[in-house]
Amino acid sequence: MNELVLTRHQGAPGLTTLAGYEKVGGYQALRRAIAMGPEAIAAEVKASGLRGRGGAAFPTATKWGFLPKDSFPRYLCVNADESEPGCFKDRVLMEEYPHQLLEGVLISAFALKVNHAFIYIRGEYRSQRELLERAVGEARRAGYVGRNILGSGWDCELLVHGGAGAYICGEETALLDSLEGRRGQPRLKPPFPAVKGLYGQPTVVNNVETLSNLPYIVSEGGAKYAALGTEASPGTRLFCVSGHVERPGTFEVPMGRTTFRDLLEMAGGVWRGRQMKAMQPGGGSMQILGPQHLDLPLDFKAVADAGSSLGAGALVIMDDSTCLVNVAMRLVDFYRHESCGKCVPCREGTYFESELMHRLEAGIASRAELANLADICANMDGRCFCPLGDTATWFVMSAYRMFPEEFESHCGAGSCPVRESVAVAV
Amino acid sequence: MELPPPTGAETRWVTEAAAGSGRLSDATLTRIREMEARYPSARSAVLPALWAVQDELGYLPPWTLEVVAQELKLLPGDVEAVATFYSMYFNHRPGRHVVQVCRNVSCGLRGSDDLLAHLQAELHLDEEGNSPDGAFTIEGTVECLGACGGAPMMQVDRFSYENLTPQSALEVLEKVRVQTDGSGGAR
Repeated sequence: MNELVLTRHQGAPGLTTLAGYEKVGGYQALRRAIAMGPEAIAAEVKASGLRGRGGAAFPTATKWGFLPKDSFPRYLCVNADESEPGCFKDRVLMEEYPHQLLEGVLISAFALKVNHAFIYIRGEYRSQRELLERAVGEARRAGYVGRNILGSGWDCELLVHGGAGAYICGEETALLDSLEGRRGQPRLKPPFPAVKGLYGQPTVVNNVETLSNLPYIVSEGGAKYAALGTEASPGTRLFCVSGHVERPGTFEVPMGRTTFRDLLEMAGGVWRGRQMKAMQPGGGSMQILGPQHLDLPLDFKAVADAGSSLGAGALVIMDDSTCLVNVAMRLVDFYRHESCGKCVPCREGTYFESELMHRLEAGIASRAELANLADICANMDGRCFCPLGDTATWFVMSAYRMFPEEFESHCGAGSCPVRESVAVAV
Repeated sequence: MELPPPTGAETRWVTEAAAGSGRLSDATLTRIREMEARYPSARSAVLPALWAVQDELGYLPPWTLEVVAQELKLLPGDVEAVATFYSMYFNHRPGRHVVQVCRNVSCGLRGSDDLLAHLQAELHLDEEGNSPDGAFTIEGTVECLGACGGAPMMQVDRFSYENLTPQSALEVLEKVRVQTDGSGGAR
């Protein structure tokens, strides 16, 4: 049995309450952290090799290290705007382990000398927001939030801030604009948030899963955390497996030592005894992989070398009845809907992409139109203001490259040829 | 399927009079002022303030944007810019229950299109997704709702219903209608 971090208390009674969390040792890591002091905490985070779990996998200790030394006030923002298609781990961490997250946030806030921390949670997670607000209230009454926390002389306010339906707010600078009470549109970088973030002050933005690791790292030590994974991909990670599998769900596994095939087996394998046609690791933004990639380890570099990314830790499995033109259309529609409208390549590009994919899916696009797809995407990828527009091209183009005949067979077919052939076979 | 207990926001009944009165309730105004005091900058309270208004009235009539602007000492345009950007703020009155049917990849792979089509047909939804009796507004273009482990799923107000079939989704809505609206739909 592998050692677990995020879900190690799974099944303990009353874990969503303060009393239940304290019974399994909750908030002892915060006491320990305060005794250690900010530098020692940062050193443990560095030793842990922890990398951001929101998608970009940036080393957490390095991000923290970018804060200018003597510039105050500083802010900590927790990115709980989880909305990457296929990703539902942060929801699980908030619903089942809310106090573990709060403890991680408080440890980080103390380490970063922050007096104001915010949890930015997407608007759709209304019940999760209320659950977190209740947890913050409990933590406040116990003296973990507010003035002079645990007699340390350190004050920290913790506010749960609800968004209102905008995928773009998961981008860290758009999140900051939204938190400031504006339209959630990304900012030009540099300056990076570490230098000029919320209210123009130094700010760290970390993902829910990233910070949920902190209580373990502080209490067990960064080296022990790192050793759970491999040198290049330290620690564990909560992966979300969904799509055409028997038992979709979240699974915490050691990084580097686990393969996609292991994850697929944990989820009960491909459903209905069918074969896998393709998979999308990392979430809706990431490139498609095929059955030939199933034995790749969950390692940042190995997956990057295969032309994709572990992204936000989602794995979507598609069986052999799947029409990839349909899947790509769905994703492109999503990006069209969520484009914030700030830059032209994304705003217009996602529109053209989506119109084209709808015609292709319906079997009424010509080959000449399909030939435009690569051109549209080339004018988006790398030319958009933020990654939303770039990633709006990754799945569709990688799917086109992997299954060119499937895309071409839709041209002028009058309907979806894949769905037709599956219907005949069944 | 067990329904979660109804809460205030789900059972709220909005009267035309309240939405057109040009006045927010004292409770909502108090909530807005409390939020304003909790942030380092008053402007940060815009989103929570709009939520407070929408919780009371069910949507954001234009005059409420001016009230929020006055409370937070902003220009009405600042508030309107926010209200029109985020998809969960309504500028018109939705049905008594807002239903979001996720149709992103994981739900799409497991039949969400059929589910939505079934609801559209059985509930006689109009083009905006409203049922004629005012009970539901059903949205089929929403962000991935982060419940891919229970796909296909829908969110009714703030509650998730997962592992649905077209039939069970309809049953859920019929139960919601009876449980929270009493007689079965008639206003």
